[in-house]
Amino acid sequence: MKKVGMDAVKIRSGSDLENIRRKMNDRTAGCTRIVVGLGTCGQAAGAQQVYDAIRQEIETLHLQDVILEATGCVGICQFEPVVEVYSPDHVRTTYVRMTPERGARMVQQHIQGGNPLAEFTIGAAQNRR
Amino acid sequence: MYRSYVMVCGGPNCALSVEKQGKLAEEFEIQIKMAGLRKEVQVMKGGCLGLCSSGPNVAIFPEGTIYSHVQTQDVAEIVSEHLLKGRRVSRLLYDENEATSTQRSLEETAFYQKQLRIALRNCGVIDPQNIDEYIARDGYAALEKVLTTMTPDQVIETVLASGLRGRGGAGFPTGLKWKFASGNRGKVQKYVCCNADEGDPGAFMDRSVLEGDPHSVIEAMAIAGYAIGADHGYVYVRAEYPIAVKHLQIALDQARSYGLLGENIFGSGFHFDLEIKLGAGAFVCGEETALMTSIEGKRGEPRPRPPFPAVKGLFQQPTILNNVETYANICPIILKGAEWFSSIGSEKSKGTKVFALGGKIKNTGLVEVPMGTTLRTIIEEIGGGIPNGKKFKAAQTGGPSGGCIPAEHIDTPIDYDNLASIGTMMGSGGLIVMDEDTCMVDIAKFFLEFTVDESCGKCTPCRVGTKRLLELLNKITEGRGTMEDLDRIEELASFIKENSLCGLGQTAPNPVLSTLRYFRDEYVEHIEHKHCPAGVCKALLTYSIDPVKCRGCTICAQNCPAGAIIGSAKNPHKIDVNKCIKCGSCLEKCRFGAIQRG
Amino acid sequence: MKKTSVPIYGTKEQTQALLDWLEENREMPGVALPALQKAQEIYGYVPREVQQIIADFLNKPLTEIYGVATFYSQFNLEPKGRNRISVCLGTACYIKGSNRIYQLLQEKLGVEDGGCTADGRFSLDACRCLGCCGMAPVMMVNDDVYGNLTGEELDAILAKYQ
Repeated sequence: MKKVGMDAVKIRSGSDLENIRRKMNDRTAGCTRIVVGLGTCGQAAGAQQVYDAIRQEIETLHLQDVILEATGCVGICQFEPVVEVYSPDHVRTTYVRMTPERGARMVQQHIQGGNPLAEFTIGAAQNRR
Repeated sequence: MYRSYVMVCGGPNCALSVEKQGKLAEEFEIQIKMAGLRKEVQVMKGGCLGLCSSGPNVAIFPEGTIYSHVQTQDVAEIVSEHLLKGRRVSRLLYDENEATSTQRSLEETAFYQKQLRIALRNCGVIDPQNIDEYIARDGYAALEKVLTTMTPDQVIETVLASGLRGRGGAGFPTGLKWKFASGNRGKVQKYVCCNADEGDPGAFMDRSVLEGDPHSVIEAMAIAGYAIGADHGYVYVRAEYPIAVKHLQIALDQARSYGLLGENIFGSGFHFDLEIKLGAGAFVCGEETALMTSIEGKRGEPRPRPPFPAVKGLFQQPTILNNVETYANICPIILKGAEWFSSIGSEKSKGTKVFALGGKIKNTGLVEVPMGTTLRTIIEEIGGGIPNGKKFKAAQTGGPSGGCIPAEHIDTPIDYDNLASIGTMMGSGGLIVMDEDTCMVDIAKFFLEFTVDESCGKCTPCRVGTKRLLELLNKITEGRGTMEDLDRIEELASFIKENSLCGLGQTAPNPVLSTLRYFRDEYVEHIEHKHCPAGVCKALLTYSIDPVKCRGCTICAQNCPAGAIIGSAKNPHKIDVNKCIKCGSCLEKCRFGAIQRG
Repeated sequence: MKKTSVPIYGTKEQTQALLDWLEENREMPGVALPALQKAQEIYGYVPREVQQIIADFLNKPLTEIYGVATFYSQFNLEPKGRNRISVCLGTACYIKGSNRIYQLLQEKLGVEDGGCTADGRFSLDACRCLGCCGMAPVMMVNDDVYGNLTGEELDAILAKYQ
């Protein structure tokens, strides 16, 4: 799993900002990005456990080029916990009402196997009554 | 050999827990026994049916019918319809479309497509605890542009020209506020404050922005500091939002270590830093003068205006105070220009507004739409409509200071002025949807109880007036009201509005006046017929048992906390109205729909 | 009902911690409110004795500190239970029946609004919107938030807290 962190520099100009933008682009290029909504509502729905399960599974499978991050609220409260996957070519998949088990399965099948789990995506959830 | 088999799916995803599967199976056993089918139908706990996303699933053999999303309360219907009468329960049938949907991402849903995200642009997208991600999405570029290429007056001109109005409630033009505070730059101490004391029940956009994109607020406050000539700022946050406080603190530390806060930012000679102040649970502190008194460490009581905060605010110095969502709009305005921003929205309300969609609606959550979007679009297209086939009755905006929008105004384009003209207000953006089961008198009472509780007590019209108003409403919901009380309510309400010191009191009667304006018949029904049409007001309800439907199962009697239900097993029961405390637990427990509420 | 066996006011360490904090932040503008917040964090509540410490240190009359402490609903002048339950009575929760959840908890715990159980295990309060309106009705036990309550899960939730 890749980590992205701050550098110990001072920003003094627009080109310093540009450097960070470029650095972020380089670091994330070719990576799959997984974000878990860990705002108050996400946490209330158990998103922290989902996050932990996903991290565990990524480590167990020794997956490279994967970035796992906590993010804020994407605004779809009734579907929490929400996990979104951005593929290296920026295809976005939104998983909703995730559980730790589903999170681990998502890592195996989607991230490792390349087959998104259609049944847990937002479209499937919205078609339910 | 049995006639039918009921298999309750027990896959790990479907049943969620062994316990839940057991409960569902047990409910089937009970219902089958009561229907007299014990010798004909067997209940089994099965393995995974492979349809995990629609679980819990139940399959009935030999016909092979699959029911999905089955809850315990659905079991009685499956038994009496399917097993007893041989009719499939269509609403529960497994829908194969759902598993083959092609909408994989949020962006493809109607919920998202009707939105335009400016204030929420980074929420749920970036890691709020990593400043680099904010910078990667053009973060701090607006501050750089302002400090290196614009004069303070140009900044104010840009904000003025964008038409941005305060998102915290009243909708005062933000640029004008900044302009009023801009005199004597560099000669007097000034402050920039952020109101994150999101007290309106039902609104949580400020929490979401602070949790999900704290830098957007910090950067905008620095820009505001440059514009008016202030070097210090305060963010006043509710103590009830611990995650927001944490993320904001991390963001402040990171911005300081990059030199984006502190001395000589971007080498421009401009200094600016921020502090977090925690609220302590007082709704009135959302009012600007009360908020400043609270930052000063005192009782958060409002003070009369003028002098306005732009002249004499925090610590008696010129101060500007804007709301979180307002600040979240600033950086895009600087980067993309005032013209871009003012091209969005309606004539007098520019840009977008974030609404917290809640109450009786399918898709609850935060939505950001251009000003001028109709309530119908928000409720039906984005919100997905009202659940359980109920009818839309009204939407409440503006919290305890606002009013309701009834079904007849559902096509009103929502902006500051239109909402004011139909008797409510934008407020901070809570949008609570109500259906036919919501009693409008009860809702008015709910908001008034809130303001009575939160009135700071400084001025009499608010402290005593709201209390008297609540007493009048209580009289009505308890069945003791008279038609004259309605006139008294209107008279007292207008007195409170005109004479209260601050916004809290001046707007407190709005929920009452608004419901009275659109739902007067409900008030009259309470008064003249001692009847609550929505079945909410306890004192006006009576519970009884339909002797034809009652099977004498005794469940209601066992669950009645007051011991008010009498009757012997297998014979129709009766409710003793003198003992009944109207808690409704019999109605909830009865499996035969025999309890009537009127 | 409200009487509890929660240990009341004041170890030496607690008092010292408060005095240290006051010493450090003596110069902070508007220090009275943060001082009370700190005191509540240390003691769990702010009885008169604690207010007196702050008043003496800041050289202000007790009435002024008391005025601030009673103005804000965050401050408890009475001790609270080991586990604090807050039921959200915000609009969205109210419409979805949080009032009933609140009543159920009062019955289960045998306490009234703002009360504390005799064994000091739970105290129960109603609170303002927690900002989890999408999951209404919501309650909070200490820092854990529970949403989509129906009433049936309450026993299981309470059992988790000793």
